[in-house]
Amino acid sequence: MNDGPVRVGAGAGFAGDRIDPAVELARRGELDYLVFECLGERTVAAGQARRLADPAAGYDPLLAARLRAVLPYCVASGTTVVTNSGAANPEAAGERASRVAVDLDVASRVAVVTGDDVLDVVRGHDPEVWETGTRLSEIGDELISASAYLGAEPVAEAVSLGADVVITGRGADPALYLGPLAHELGWDLGDADLAGKGTLVGHLLECAGQLTGGYFADPVTKPVPGLARLGFPFADVSADGTAVLGKLAGTGGRLDTRTCGEQLLYEVDDPSAYVTPDVVADFSGVTFTPAGEDRVIARGATGRARPDEIKVTLGFRGGWLGEGQLTYAGPRCLDRARLAADIVRERLVAIHGLEDKAIGVEYIGAGAAFRGLYEAADPAEVRLRVSAHVPSAELATAVGWEVESLYTNGPAGGGGARADAREIVAVRSCLMPRDAVKYAVTVVS
Amino acid sequence: MSGQTLRVDDLADVRAGDKGDTLILAVLPRDEEAFAVLDRLLTADAVRAHFGSLVTGEVRRHVLAASPAFVFRIPGVLDGGVTGSTVLDGHGKTLSYHLLTLELG
Repeated sequence: MNDGPVRVGAGAGFAGDRIDPAVELARRGELDYLVFECLGERTVAAGQARRLADPAAGYDPLLAARLRAVLPYCVASGTTVVTNSGAANPEAAGERASRVAVDLDVASRVAVVTGDDVLDVVRGHDPEVWETGTRLSEIGDELISASAYLGAEPVAEAVSLGADVVITGRGADPALYLGPLAHELGWDLGDADLAGKGTLVGHLLECAGQLTGGYFADPVTKPVPGLARLGFPFADVSADGTAVLGKLAGTGGRLDTRTCGEQLLYEVDDPSAYVTPDVVADFSGVTFTPAGEDRVIARGATGRARPDEIKVTLGFRGGWLGEGQLTYAGPRCLDRARLAADIVRERLVAIHGLEDKAIGVEYIGAGAAFRGLYEAADPAEVRLRVSAHVPSAELATAVGWEVESLYTNGPAGGGGARADAREIVAVRSCLMPRDAVKYAVTVVS
Repeated sequence: MSGQTLRVDDLADVRAGDKGDTLILAVLPRDEEAFAVLDRLLTADAVRAHFGSLVTGEVRRHVLAASPAFVFRIPGVLDGGVTGSTVLDGHGKTLSYHLLTLELG
């Protein structure tokens, strides 16, 4: 058990995040833990689709690159790496991590958390699916993944086994932080108040650069210096749950009460009831106090007893998304883009047999992002985007093809055609009883 | 600001997040005076009207006196969310700036 503050740092806030800020933290951050949060809601389901095509795949493709970049520093400084990069295949990710350590000739004990994959179990329970209001068995789409949100317990257990690298699949993002904090500070995870405080730390850090000025910056209302070299945050957490948030001197970005205030409420539906597998955290009384340059004290979180049921993300094969884009500029550009859209729509329905309602049209530069709530009357240029949700790869390809063929068959002055077709994994949610979800921690030899 | 209509953009910052089909907007007033004005004028009804026909259910407003801040929960705006909709910004991340254009009268 640790008396002094424990330092936990954010190494990544999403699967595609930058690597160099984590290297900076590993090299001179004096961290106890470096956490890479790399799973979105769809990531596990998308990983499962890859795993079905290749049994050795399904984990985060950037896992090896991240570990190669930070492990030598982490080994030197005694920093433990914790990541959910295992995605749909934590075992294979563990093997990959071990090979990275061997290649680097560093001694790293890798522990893997499994048990989030509940595909077989969930079919037996046949729960109600939130989005459809029906039983799982009543949904016609092919179910390819079911991932339970594990909590902090397995992470704390992995750390207690002396792991240098902990790899998980689906879990609650804040649990990647709460687990190590509970282990180091001797917290009982059944103590809802402390679990709430640790969950606040995880919630603030899990999006990495979003606490230090990323997704915050506005050159007029909220200027942030050095975004190209944005520093990722860390927290010094004391046994009473008080956290001092900081970032390294010499890195870009800003960390102050405004950046913290925004991240506190990010994706939080009800600030008094932030539900994780570990706690129903209450952030409504959280305060931030400045404590010097790029240092902020966070306190005031609490919590109520954890829920009896565990959230499960269900991944279904969801057909294909096809899209095509083309730019029109200058006089009457919006009129020409509208004409182009009508032509594409008519051909997709009449020649390719698409349903009219499956086709979406956006005029980028003329208010598309605001979904019809605002329209620029006379933009300097507009980029037509036609997209459609279709059952096959062939039909998805047709969408981009019909946009591209406007070059020689459509309105004047259309340029810069681009096309894309990709398979969609549709994600829905349900609950399962806690005792139906069993985790396991394995040390990779 | 004399002669100009007061907008949310003059008083607060807004951060957008998504939960499935629901858009979550956190509004952070820049000072206490701004909080008081927004508390009075930036009601759930005002936000609902600003997002017009996209909204499919009740808009809920949470007031956080400690921050201070407001959280708005706006159902339906994301039309199925990142996996259900084919629009370019399926998360609705750009929509924080739509709320900033709301005129407070």
